[in-house]
Amino acid sequence: MAFDNVSAKSFKVVGTRPERPDGIEKVTGQARFGADAYLPGMLHGAILRSPHAHAKILSIDISALENDKSVKAVVTRNDFECNLTGEDWNILENIMAGEKALYDGHAIAAVACSSLLEAKDALKKIIVQYEILPHVTDVEEAMKENAPVIREGSARSSVPKGMHPNIVGYHESGHGDVEAGFKEADLILEENFRTEAAHQGYIEPHACLATMMPDGKGEVWCCTQGHFNVAKVCAKLLGSDASQIRVTASEIGGGFGGKTAVFIEPVALALSKKATHPVKIVMSRNEIFRATGPTSSTSMHVKIGMKKNGKITAAEGTFKLQGGAFPGSPMAESAMCAFAPYELDNVRSVGWDVMCNRPKQAAYRAPGSPMAAFAVESIIDEFCKRLKLDPIEVRLINAVTEGSKSSYGPKFQRIGLVETLEAAKSHPHYAAPIERGVGRGISCGFWFNFGGETCVSLALSEDGTASLSVGTPDIGGSRASMSQIVSEELNIPYEKVRATVADTATLGYNEISHGSRVTFATGLATIKAAQDMKKKLCLRAAKVWGLDEEAVYWEEGYVKPAGPNAGDHEPLSIADIAKTMGRTGGPIVGHYEASPEGAGVSFATHIVDAKVDKETGFTSIERYTVIQDAGKAIHPSYVEGQFQGGAAQGIGWALNEEYIYDKKGILQNAGFLDYRIPVASDLPKIDTEIIEVPNPGHPYGVRGVGETSICPPLAAIANAVSSSAGIRMKQLPMSPPKILEAMDDNNG
Amino acid sequence: MKYEAPETIDQAIDIYSKFNGSKKILAGGTDVLVQLRTDIVRPEMVMNIKKINSLHEFCIVDGYWKIGAAVSASKITKNTAFISEWPGIAEGVGLIGSTQIQNRATLVGNLSNASPAADGIPALVAANAKVEIVGQQGSRVKDVYSLIEGPGKLHLSKDEFITHILIPLQRDRSADCYLRFIPRTEMDIAVVGCGVNLSVKNQSISSAKIVLGAVGPKVIFADEAAELVLNSRLDKDVILKLQRMCEEIATPISDKRGSIRFRRQVAGVLAKRALQKAYARALEVS
Ligand SMILES: Cc1cc2nc3c(=O)[nH]c(=O)nc-3n(C[C@H](O)[C@H](O)[C@H](O)COP(=O)(O)OP(=O)(O)OC[C@H]3O[C@@H](n4cnc5c(N)ncnc54)[C@H](O)[C@@H]3O)c2cc1C
Repeated sequence: MAFDNVSAKSFKVVGTRPERPDGIEKVTGQARFGADAYLPGMLHGAILRSPHAHAKILSIDISALENDKSVKAVVTRNDFECNLTGEDWNILENIMAGEKALYDGHAIAAVACSSLLEAKDALKKIIVQYEILPHVTDVEEAMKENAPVIREGSARSSVPKGMHPNIVGYHESGHGDVEAGFKEADLILEENFRTEAAHQGYIEPHACLATMMPDGKGEVWCCTQGHFNVAKVCAKLLGSDASQIRVTASEIGGGFGGKTAVFIEPVALALSKKATHPVKIVMSRNEIFRATGPTSSTSMHVKIGMKKNGKITAAEGTFKLQGGAFPGSPMAESAMCAFAPYELDNVRSVGWDVMCNRPKQAAYRAPGSPMAAFAVESIIDEFCKRLKLDPIEVRLINAVTEGSKSSYGPKFQRIGLVETLEAAKSHPHYAAPIERGVGRGISCGFWFNFGGETCVSLALSEDGTASLSVGTPDIGGSRASMSQIVSEELNIPYEKVRATVADTATLGYNEISHGSRVTFATGLATIKAAQDMKKKLCLRAAKVWGLDEEAVYWEEGYVKPAGPNAGDHEPLSIADIAKTMGRTGGPIVGHYEASPEGAGVSFATHIVDAKVDKETGFTSIERYTVIQDAGKAIHPSYVEGQFQGGAAQGIGWALNEEYIYDKKGILQNAGFLDYRIPVASDLPKIDTEIIEVPNPGHPYGVRGVGETSICPPLAAIANAVSSSAGIRMKQLPMSPPKILEAMDDNNG
Repeated sequence: MKYEAPETIDQAIDIYSKFNGSKKILAGGTDVLVQLRTDIVRPEMVMNIKKINSLHEFCIVDGYWKIGAAVSASKITKNTAFISEWPGIAEGVGLIGSTQIQNRATLVGNLSNASPAADGIPALVAANAKVEIVGQQGSRVKDVYSLIEGPGKLHLSKDEFITHILIPLQRDRSADCYLRFIPRTEMDIAVVGCGVNLSVKNQSISSAKIVLGAVGPKVIFADEAAELVLNSRLDKDVILKLQRMCEEIATPISDKRGSIRFRRQVAGVLAKRALQKAYARALEVS
């Protein structure tokens, strides 16, 4: 029986839009998120945070709490493992400071009390003596010779000798001879660009409820994109075993990459261990802004040479990203994604990873790619203006296709960039006349997508329905898509499948829900598990009929005898086999576990109309269209939702979102009032068009869709705003004060 | 923390004046509850005034619109008689937060919180509104402008609180307007606000009040700017002068919400636009 060659053409359920399985709970407020768990005897934890951007911790005096009956436990760095290295050490150092406070908001100590109010009061009684050190929060400043040193010896071996200790990573990629390429150009443009740190802005705060027994057995309920990773990290930081810490993922109110990191779970476990009671920690929004990870701020330089006909002859870029007080900014991703949409003979990209006195950056949708696209696509737009070329034509002339050598190395397999550009060209939005005062911007964007460790289990119930256990938290509708896949494969109705995000004790290791990997990897695993189940169903029927495995086959939800020689047996449905499975050989379960390769890269093209009020600098987004290659859209509504979400977050990042530090390095806008994500009325209706160029690495052709959608918006909006305001905007965010300032500077 | 919810004014006066510790009045709570949650205030007593019937009054008495301290913003923005008379005050109230916030929030709470950026205040001041205050010594009336001391502070003694806002009936051939500037479209805090109240005679402006918000510790009367537009029909050169004058009158600070230069510039633009809008409205009613 060969189940491997699934026809990619004749889907019954995949590609339809059934109702989401988590809908009722969510609209009635009954879905349980991170903060919605309670246990008898539960305590509340609170974390003391540094009021300084950079300071030596001379002493932490907790003596005032010793006789305080309300305080059930206090923990500091001494309560965690001390022999960690590498990223484990970085995580620990980030969630509980060691010798130095490295940024405003860095955790110093934590307490657990019966009420949150008591816990907050207890924090006020902890006396910390600091020696304030000079600090730096700007990426360019941090690279300068006399910049304060965050931490000696953090640099990776890639960094050339003799650089400032804050420079901790170097990346270089490209091919050809850029100097020769620039000589061939009719016009060369180069420019500096800056972007500010942007937070993922998930509405649900980080929250967890943790129990740890004296014998090292732990239980954690938390909102996370990757509970297996939480178990692994907690075990390391507390010196326990990963198998002893069982983590259950709650419903999740947004993550966008930011909930791939671990912040409070080890602290809650450490408090629980001391207090011998369950401990709940819920971060405030202020803590989220100060102490969880936004994406990097950047300083970039891009130089491109072009022929009069629009053909790019050479491209070069330098991408400096600060990642907070730790190594790990996505500078390599910036450098690799920057020129990925274009087929270039001569290209060179350099990335620098820089440390600053800011919180440790965390992943944010397509880390590194949106900023790089902002720089590159702004310059391409400028070429179009100066050479009087159509922005879509120029991109088509240079677009990569199947077989193109990518700017970052490998050859592309089948890809859909040209298809998105062609769709943009014939979209009514592109044909619509541009009103007076409005600017139109175009941009392309690219993201790799990913596979990763994946494991699922598909159990058949006695009544012929199916229960799927996955290990990837559902951050974008994956329970619906996975149920559709099972329904498609087993020929049972969508409603007869229930998909559950299982806890860490139930399945093998699953990598975090990140890298736009879930519909690709968990989807692939689900197809394979269903095929495994079908094989077992065939075996079971064969056994019942007394036939060989080869004498039966699967068709449309039935096992049938293969041909007249096999005998005259009534085909058996899944339900028939399920009903008697206890007597015919026991439970029937399909499995799959692997680290699937074959993730398909994806491209998008966005079209934006923006209008700038030249008296106040206020920008309104008048019209927005997202066109993206999904490979195959399992549940098109969710795909459209991802497209729109990327555009919405991009609009915020482009127009208003930023981290504002004062002269002392203290974050000035640690709340949603002054960290301005868009509200609903800021957004136009965001139009979407799904392109389906199948990914050859997936049975249904699925590519990831969650990240590519945030790659083009910064550039597309900047191009529209620049056009409307009549000046080139080279810095994000393009908030009203910054637009007026740029217009004033331009007028001399 | 003690919680009180009196049902009559007399009870309220009694409870409030006799409590000696730190205390807060709770109207809609959209400022107070946020401040409690974020540990900005921690009063020993909170007195809810929404249960007092007489504070829900919203009617015309003795030549004044009388708005009780418990009247929600939604009630104000839905009162068509009031809106047609004071569209600018209603605009200010209608900008507060969102539908949900407006179902709780009160105009008196907005005024009493005394934020420099409060959206309810500039149009009230431009309309020459007053408040009725009660305390142990009885009641008194004070105009809104002189009630405000500075950010978060009112000229009230420890036992006093506000029961009503009194807004004079609008004159003939007159109209008001309130505009604010925010970087988003809603759910934000004014970077600059401007309330205008004016009257016209023979198509020309016969009297005008221009009040700027969020560009100083309390609202600013832009009287010199208002004088510029008197007897004018807002021609181009008058408008330009007015704009420059308002830029100068504004005394903003530079902070995360914008630089001094930016705020001055926007103050001028808003004054211009609010004036033009109020003028157009006044012509319509005359
Ligand atoms: C999400 C959100 C958005 C908001 N948006 C805006 C906005 O756009 N514009 C804006 O201006 N404001 C805004 N606010 C602030 C707030 O909603 C307003 O200031 C509102 O009008 C306050 O009214 P309240 O009845 O809720 O006041 P409360 O919170 O009950 O009280 C506010 C203050 O006034 C005092 N007080 C209340 N009543 C009296 C009284 N009778 N006598 C004496 N003191 C009294 C209280 O003790 C307290 O100090 C927003 C708030 C939130 C939470």
